[in-house]
Amino acid sequence: MIKINTKKIVKFFGFKAIRLLILLTVIAAISFIIVQLSPIDPVRAYLGQRIVSQEQLAIVGQYWGTDLTLGERVLGWLQTLASGSMGFSLIYRVPVTEVIVQKFTASFTLMIVSWIISGVVGFGLGVLAGAKEGTWIDKVIKTYCYILQSSPTFWIGLVILMVFSVYLGWFPIGLSVPIGQLSDTVTFWQWLYRLILPAFTLSIVGIASLTMYTRDKLINVKKSDYFLFSKARGESFWGMIKNHGIRNILLPAISIQFLSFNELFGGTILVEQVFAYPGIGQATVAAGLRSDVPLLLGIVIVSTIFVFVGNLLADVMYEYVDPRLRSEDDE
Amino acid sequence: MSEMPWYNKGLFSSLNLRQKTLLTIALTALLLLVIFISGTLINANLPTDFSIKMQGPSFEHIFGTDWMGRDMFIRTLKGLSLSIMIGLGASILSSIIATLLAFLASVNKYTDTLVSWLIDLFASIPHILLIMMISLGLGKGAFGVTMAVAFSHWVNLTRVLRAEVLQIKTSEFVQLSSKFGRSKLWIAKEHILPLILSQIFVGTLLVFPHAIMHESSVTFLGFGLSPHEPAIGIILSESMSYLAMGAWWLAFFPGVALLIVVLLFDIIGDNLKRLFDPSEANN
Repeated sequence: MIKINTKKIVKFFGFKAIRLLILLTVIAAISFIIVQLSPIDPVRAYLGQRIVSQEQLAIVGQYWGTDLTLGERVLGWLQTLASGSMGFSLIYRVPVTEVIVQKFTASFTLMIVSWIISGVVGFGLGVLAGAKEGTWIDKVIKTYCYILQSSPTFWIGLVILMVFSVYLGWFPIGLSVPIGQLSDTVTFWQWLYRLILPAFTLSIVGIASLTMYTRDKLINVKKSDYFLFSKARGESFWGMIKNHGIRNILLPAISIQFLSFNELFGGTILVEQVFAYPGIGQATVAAGLRSDVPLLLGIVIVSTIFVFVGNLLADVMYEYVDPRLRSEDDE
Repeated sequence: MSEMPWYNKGLFSSLNLRQKTLLTIALTALLLLVIFISGTLINANLPTDFSIKMQGPSFEHIFGTDWMGRDMFIRTLKGLSLSIMIGLGASILSSIIATLLAFLASVNKYTDTLVSWLIDLFASIPHILLIMMISLGLGKGAFGVTMAVAFSHWVNLTRVLRAEVLQIKTSEFVQLSSKFGRSKLWIAKEHILPLILSQIFVGTLLVFPHAIMHESSVTFLGFGLSPHEPAIGIILSESMSYLAMGAWWLAFFPGVALLIVVLLFDIIGDNLKRLFDPSEANN
């Protein structure tokens, strides 16, 4: 029977919450300093090559808040944070929270789908490569992982776009909505159809590290005494892999997959840019290039929480799900 | 062993594993050096020649030509040398940061907590976002990207070095040395640094591939080098406008070239690691 130590859980999560709070404060502070230091004039960056008069420049500058001091900006931002809007996005002209919720939902689907696919496939390939160590299957999987680890995500995206959209013509080139249609009227299937390529790219990129990890772990298990003993007892090979291999490596592999939220987010930014998928990645790039500071800050905070939750879940796995670790502390 | 490994057949069968490792390193390094030097020496301000624009790969232009009739092979080579240069700067800088922090962590309990906290902090912001922000803060360009990549890639090496320094610090000869009245600084410089030098060196090389990839990624997104320079990221982001027209060579070859360079650096790093740390040679 699983005993749950309430005091310990409260302490664990309380500690984590305080950490997150400190982390967010520091990250917000650093972001403010970086933005303040930047030699790039936000008004110029927004206007680009357009020619405007001095008065217009002043008006845009006021809208942007370039005449405010650092203290005023921080205070203003904290006020909007308290009100829950996190400021007003300068390029989308709606509260930042709204932009983030809308864009993040689109990206979240993309990330979750590819996270699950890369987890299942990556683990499967890792087990296969580890079980068949030294054979051609292992070599093929290993080479595939090495190549994927060394190639930039966005280039993989470009290649996939070239093959499936341009050469084979199976998928449209970018855009999540068919041309000439409003985003509200998109049917589920149209949307799913456009999700396939980005999700596929993000999945095959995410496989590599998990596969290599699973493979190494399984090879270690195969070298262990208990594995040798079960072999001596006459268990079948795949039965041993299932009972001794997978049982032992599944939990650390899941933790590793949770720890990959950082790369997942980075990958999403790149993949969205390649496939013109309107999610958080595109919003980030737009906010950065056109100096939309409130939106950029909002995204930094939300993505930090996202990565933190991933790490937290990995920790929880280790602390509470693993029966071996649990029995040691609960006395 | 019943079966001979592939590398024990033929030409190199007389070499032992160590010699083979050294040979691999030398050959790979030579190849990279050739790419780097030829890229630096080439004048990338190619004349525009619209009579040969958008040509697929041929013997004359093995990587094809772009929409201004410029040879893609030369542009790619130039881009690779730019990438290598930035990668070099960034990985050396990040190793210096890592070394300093590892020593700082060894001073006392509080500095150790501080360094661990810094590691946690930098590990919790998505890498790409961090690089984008720092690069923006420093005004983009080569300087901005180099600093941004350097300041986001010291984390792993610091973890390794911190553990290593702690281990050496508790060893007997260091304890003895400090009992003899040597100062902490002297011990750090004369006892610890020489022992972790190889780790630092290998760590620098292993950061290299990541540095190159992240540089091209942020440049692709528009936060890196300026659009006038033939960086790989710029070439690839330009190529996106011509993909629909079927100009696959604009994106394919520069990417493959970048992939090969990254792989070569990986190979050097891994082999050097084996050379310095024989206990891991079997992994």
